[in-house]
Amino acid sequence: MSDVKNRLMSWESALLVLLIGSWSVASLTVEGFSGTSNMSFLLLDVSEIALMAIPLTLVVITGEIDLSVASTLGLTSAIIGTLWDAGLTIESIFVIALLVGAVCGLVNGLLVTRLGLPSLAVTIGTLALYRGLAYVVLGDKAVADFPQVYTGWATGSIGPIPKPILLVAVLAVIAGVILHATPLGRSVFALGYNQEAAYFAGIRVKRIKLWLFVASGVFASLAGIVYTLRYSSARADNGTGLELAVVAAVLLGGVSFFGGRGTLPGVLTGVLVFGVLRNALILADVSNEVLNFVTGLLLISSVLAPNLATLVRNRRSRTVTPPPLMEGTSV
Amino acid sequence: MSEPQVSDPTPVLALADVSKSFGAVQALRGVRLSLFAGEIHALAGENGAGKSTLVKTFAGVHRPDDGQVLLNGEPVVFHSPADAQHAGVAVIYQEPTLFPDLTVAENIFMGRQPRGAFGRLDRGAMNAAAEELFARLGVVLDPAGPARGLSIADQQVVEIAKAISRDAKILIMDEPTAALTGREVERLFAVARTLASHGCALLFISHRLEEIFSLCQRVTILRDGAWIATESVSDLTEDDLVQRMVGRELTELYPKVAVDPGEVALEVSRLTREGVFTDVSFNVRRGEIVALAGLVGAGRSEVARAIFGVDRWDAGSVAVEGKPLRAGSPTTAMAAGVALVPEDRRQQGLVMELSIERNMAVTGMKRLRRGPIIRGSAERALASDWATRLQLKYSRLSDAVGVLSGGNQQKVVLGKWLSTDPKVLIIDEPTRGIDVGTKAEVHRLLSNLAAEGLAVLMISSDLPEVLGMADRILVMHEGRLTAEIARADATEEKVMAAATGRGEAAA
Repeated sequence: MSDVKNRLMSWESALLVLLIGSWSVASLTVEGFSGTSNMSFLLLDVSEIALMAIPLTLVVITGEIDLSVASTLGLTSAIIGTLWDAGLTIESIFVIALLVGAVCGLVNGLLVTRLGLPSLAVTIGTLALYRGLAYVVLGDKAVADFPQVYTGWATGSIGPIPKPILLVAVLAVIAGVILHATPLGRSVFALGYNQEAAYFAGIRVKRIKLWLFVASGVFASLAGIVYTLRYSSARADNGTGLELAVVAAVLLGGVSFFGGRGTLPGVLTGVLVFGVLRNALILADVSNEVLNFVTGLLLISSVLAPNLATLVRNRRSRTVTPPPLMEGTSV
Repeated sequence: MSEPQVSDPTPVLALADVSKSFGAVQALRGVRLSLFAGEIHALAGENGAGKSTLVKTFAGVHRPDDGQVLLNGEPVVFHSPADAQHAGVAVIYQEPTLFPDLTVAENIFMGRQPRGAFGRLDRGAMNAAAEELFARLGVVLDPAGPARGLSIADQQVVEIAKAISRDAKILIMDEPTAALTGREVERLFAVARTLASHGCALLFISHRLEEIFSLCQRVTILRDGAWIATESVSDLTEDDLVQRMVGRELTELYPKVAVDPGEVALEVSRLTREGVFTDVSFNVRRGEIVALAGLVGAGRSEVARAIFGVDRWDAGSVAVEGKPLRAGSPTTAMAAGVALVPEDRRQQGLVMELSIERNMAVTGMKRLRRGPIIRGSAERALASDWATRLQLKYSRLSDAVGVLSGGNQQKVVLGKWLSTDPKVLIIDEPTRGIDVGTKAEVHRLLSNLAAEGLAVLMISSDLPEVLGMADRILVMHEGRLTAEIARADATEEKVMAAATGRGEAAA
């Protein structure tokens, strides 16, 4: 374990260096990057990604994936627009929106845990399904004119810290404690490494996975609420393609795509790295296509990097350290 | 040291004063071993004695730091497993890895399939060649059948056939019998003897001493990576062998103390899971060790899984101290005081990547909390307490459990379950793949636990263990209980008769 921990720690410190490095380079080369207002905007701009990345971290550690988060965000936004048009109060709309997110997550979770379908396939399916549903609900309309109290909250800040980021921070701390210090968190890691052994130890594997999918849906619709209020615009295509940014941030944050490994602080750092790169590129007038290119590059390199590191380590130490699980190491 | 009765005095394969270390761990220290054509040579030692490293040195996985590998008396260096294969060395592992979707013959001739016209696979020729190999080995297997669904014993035979088809002169069998039933072991031994009579040299590794005595001519003993002795098997007794392996005298291997059984702790009535086991009824009392014997596949592990709730049952009931359990819920079974030490340590018993302490604590996390948070100090205290009580050999509790030897891994599984303070302990193959020293410790532990009032249901394919440890023996055959034998009346013959369905032993 200490070995695994060391590896994680070094991954996280490397990530921290990357964050500071890209920050410094951007400050020096990109005009307007280092100003306080841009820093505020940078943080605000990653708040939805961070919200979706928090539960996704746990989902990926259990060895599953949820690619439908950005579509759930869009569906939430479309439903907020429709209901607001229909004259419901905004508070009741928020409640309904979160319920919709829960149902979206529940559908994913049930398909994965009850029918035993692979989550990659299921959530690619619901990625299309929920987005399609969003268009069915709202069409290509845009609904605006939400109450100033709420849009003001979504764009406001305390000092340089945007208010939605405070919400993210509170939720991240709670999720971090759950993941790293409670029985539930321990169970998540155990079942991520070996589902069968976890089940044999009395861990409710399916139930935990189901609830994590539900949490993922709820957080996605929370992101949908923030997104809609922040732009004061409910549209069916809100957040299109954002799932890739979320997955990139989670993997960049050191979570193993194969389950078992990962930390929440790492993922939050990953989100920030992603935010800095995106913000700097936007300020430098780089086109959207290039932004997609960068997201793709980040995704691939964050999956590749741990493997490369292991490869290099093994090659260097081939004759020095014993291979794991070797007979001679026990005594 | 006595020479085997062969004409050619040059060993076909030998190690001369081979040393090998991994970092600070000295796995082999000046080990020597000579394999002669036509002999079956045993390699004995506790877990961690260096057997695996020795096998891997022969197989071309490791290269010695010091000393030489000699092939027909000439020094060679195997740079890779392929080198060793070309030199005629084949290793048969405990659990072979065949391609399940290919036929038996295709597996044997993988990569060297005979070709017909236009480069098409010549299945006829391939199957005929496989048939001939099986005939030479004296076994009956369908070459055209799929490899999927073959028993482990049959898979090993396929691996052996593959090795023979490649002209292997040296066969290394690394614990081939661990997962085999008595009859399968006999067949494997017959194959081994046939090979030896055709001039192959065999190196045989097993934790079951009686197998070494019935199959092998010579035995080389390793302890802590060092060569201890090479002896003619006929010059040794089992006690001599054990003593040299562990370097101390073992008291009794099966130290079950007599206990007056108490209340019924586990009551299983008419339990049925369709197609798996039928109408199974028995009870286990406090203080009792009840063995569940039978052949592999008789449904013993499946009954255990159902009791613990990992699988559902279709009919019948299970009660712990009079309170009925719900089907299909490990959580309720645990809450009622049932613990299951499963058959497959690596897949089911432990999370190999997690630390010793995390594995120990996984069953009792709720009791280690302050508020919602797990106290790291309490977790560590629990793990270190059980590590001491079970005499676990480890360097740090934060080490991944996967680096421990098999016996120590089993102790971690035991600790993880004993820390839940169970009323009923179900233990499936308690000592499979565990060295003799630790085996005796596990037996003593089980005996003490029973004496303290724990009800133990022990599934075992190891007949001496069953006869030595159990107060009562239940025997299963094809999903049904066929006999219950009291300790006083139990003999290997009676148990085997019931296990193979020869009814007269059924009481």
